[in-house]
Amino acid sequence: MQTVQPRSLPLRLPRVRPGGVLPILAILAVLLVLVGIRQPDFLAPQSLMSFLGRSAPIILLAAGQYFVIVSGEFDLSVGSLVTAQVVVAARLIDSDPARTWPVVLLLLAFGVLVGLVNGLITTRLRVPSFITTLGMFLILVGAVYLWSDGAPKGGLSEEFRRFGRRAFEDVPLLGRVPYALLVLVVLAVAAVLLMRSDFGRTLVAVGDNPRTAELSGVRVWRTRTFAFILSGLAAAVAAILLGGYSGVSFQAGAGLEFGAITAVVLGGVALGGGRGAVVGAMLGALTLELLFALMNFYGVSGALRSTVQGAIILLAVAVSATRSSSR
Amino acid sequence: MAAIAAVTLLSLAACATDEPAASPSGSASAATGSGTGDQSKFFVQADYDAELALLDAAPTGPADKPWEQVLNPTMVDTAKFKKNGPHKICFSNAALNNPWRQVGFKTMQAEVEAQKSRIKEFVHVDAEGKDQKQIADINDLLGKGCDALIVSPNTTATLTPAVEAACKAGLPVVVFDRGVNTKCPVTFINPIGGYGFGHVGAEFVSQKMKPGGKVLALRILPGVDVLETRWSAAKVAFDKAKVDVVGVEFTDGDPAKTKKIVDDYIQRYGTIDGVWMDAGAVAVAAVEAFQDAGKPVPPMNGEDQLDFLKIWKDKKLTAIAPTYPTYQWRTPIIAALRILDGQQVSNPWKLPQPTVTQDNLDQYIDAGMPPLHYAMCGCTDLPGYPQRWK
Repeated sequence: MQTVQPRSLPLRLPRVRPGGVLPILAILAVLLVLVGIRQPDFLAPQSLMSFLGRSAPIILLAAGQYFVIVSGEFDLSVGSLVTAQVVVAARLIDSDPARTWPVVLLLLAFGVLVGLVNGLITTRLRVPSFITTLGMFLILVGAVYLWSDGAPKGGLSEEFRRFGRRAFEDVPLLGRVPYALLVLVVLAVAAVLLMRSDFGRTLVAVGDNPRTAELSGVRVWRTRTFAFILSGLAAAVAAILLGGYSGVSFQAGAGLEFGAITAVVLGGVALGGGRGAVVGAMLGALTLELLFALMNFYGVSGALRSTVQGAIILLAVAVSATRSSSR
Repeated sequence: MAAIAAVTLLSLAACATDEPAASPSGSASAATGSGTGDQSKFFVQADYDAELALLDAAPTGPADKPWEQVLNPTMVDTAKFKKNGPHKICFSNAALNNPWRQVGFKTMQAEVEAQKSRIKEFVHVDAEGKDQKQIADINDLLGKGCDALIVSPNTTATLTPAVEAACKAGLPVVVFDRGVNTKCPVTFINPIGGYGFGHVGAEFVSQKMKPGGKVLALRILPGVDVLETRWSAAKVAFDKAKVDVVGVEFTDGDPAKTKKIVDDYIQRYGTIDGVWMDAGAVAVAAVEAFQDAGKPVPPMNGEDQLDFLKIWKDKKLTAIAPTYPTYQWRTPIIAALRILDGQQVSNPWKLPQPTVTQDNLDQYIDAGMPPLHYAMCGCTDLPGYPQRWK
């Protein structure tokens, strides 16, 4: 048996990875052209910046979901985690600006904790992640309902909301650059660097073949748990941005887990793990948001969004299944 | 394995993403002219006419206590319910799942406390927004020895048989807020109602906006009588004013969803010239959508929630706030006690429904209360004010 030391992986990876970012870039380009034809104003710097700012949370969630999926697992709990975080933040901040930063730190810690629990239950208790995170989803939904009597209480301070709502004004050429976009850029770069590090390679190796990875000395449970923690952390940041964007809401995170998974799949990442790039996942999220914007410009009912997401998941998985069997 | 996972995901997506069941005649279709679609099946012309007449009616009762006032009273005899106190009063509540109901219920609890010499026990059961639970709740309460039963029904048609069963059990039943399709309760308490609410907002928006402008109508959810009537009255007003209603969307009362919808419409049409909504919970989210898009906030209506009143004043909006006053939660307790005294009460008990306008805005803004509080709570004289409502 060939030993898979992290150092030997770079030679191997490019060959086993048909899930590159080229296809998603092509789709994105086509959508941009279509949007440009229908609504040329949309491509002006001002509205493009605000679109990117609004899309930042789902892009971050896609990145978080990518870590989990590429390691061979799923995280269905992120949507309800976002909702829980927003509701908790509102109640704890209670419109008091002084509590902004402590609560931000608390939310990040809460995200890490939920990820840790998801990870440990999945890896140590050997509960399939599908079930683990579905359970977590239900636990969080129920807990939030119980804790808040079914109606959000308190309020978010302006200081908290500015991350998701405000922007650097009067930037040359670009106009208005949302804080959310900067947060996204910084974290996206961090995610790419992380995937290029030893950890990133190990993560992909674990998703590709956990047994081989285990035999070659990787502690699979630790790597996967860390992936869940990253997903929880991404959800925390997304919650801060989303709560900032729209204020306290019981549906802040509704359906986001499916949005994130759709984006990851659309970005060429194989469900089941081992294949795909984090950049692809993030571009997938951007493409999905752009598709929804396009649907809006054509006056397509918002109710069709979940149908479109479903179709994309099926199509992308089918395409990737044919590809991998012909590999 | 991956394919199975995807299928499972899909079936989950179907139940977890809470999308509206398609917008009714969403964008302006040529067939319906102004884009308001068909009239709601809840619309009753006679009720509509009656409510609009009530908007100008003078109430009877103490002027400083609108929750005891009645518009056009028609008294009914309650001598057969006369009973010695103190009483056990039971309350089957549809839900506590929004700030309006939270504020209302706290007001009701405070009213119970204010009357504690006459009420020995107050039993509250929360149906959590589920018809089936409320039917079971009412049935349970019938066996608990209540002297009077107050019901705030979750939905109109489904709860009617349960309320009828309660009436047959012989105890006085008081229904308030949403109605039921039966005349058996001793009294049905509510403010003027949805037609009045919807009409006031729609008339204001169509008068204040630029002629021929585009209106976006935001509704919480379909199928609830108090909300259907609001929209149907607005539809009549918009049709009459020949306003171009470019969209009628359901928000679920959720600010995140609302902001996204309004933002979508701003992107799609460049600008929106008027916003009407059937409830104020999402008013601030709608205002923010315009602010964040760098567009002027058009004439709009909200409700008497403090966050909206505050942003209205701070940003000098062109706005109006018809109300569905939370002080109506005091009235059922008062009514139940009067009935148990054998005093006459009015049925229906129509409460006045004040409107917050630019002229009286200042008197309703209370910086000390939380943003989701309702100004029209009529609670300042009750025990525990203001702490109880914070």
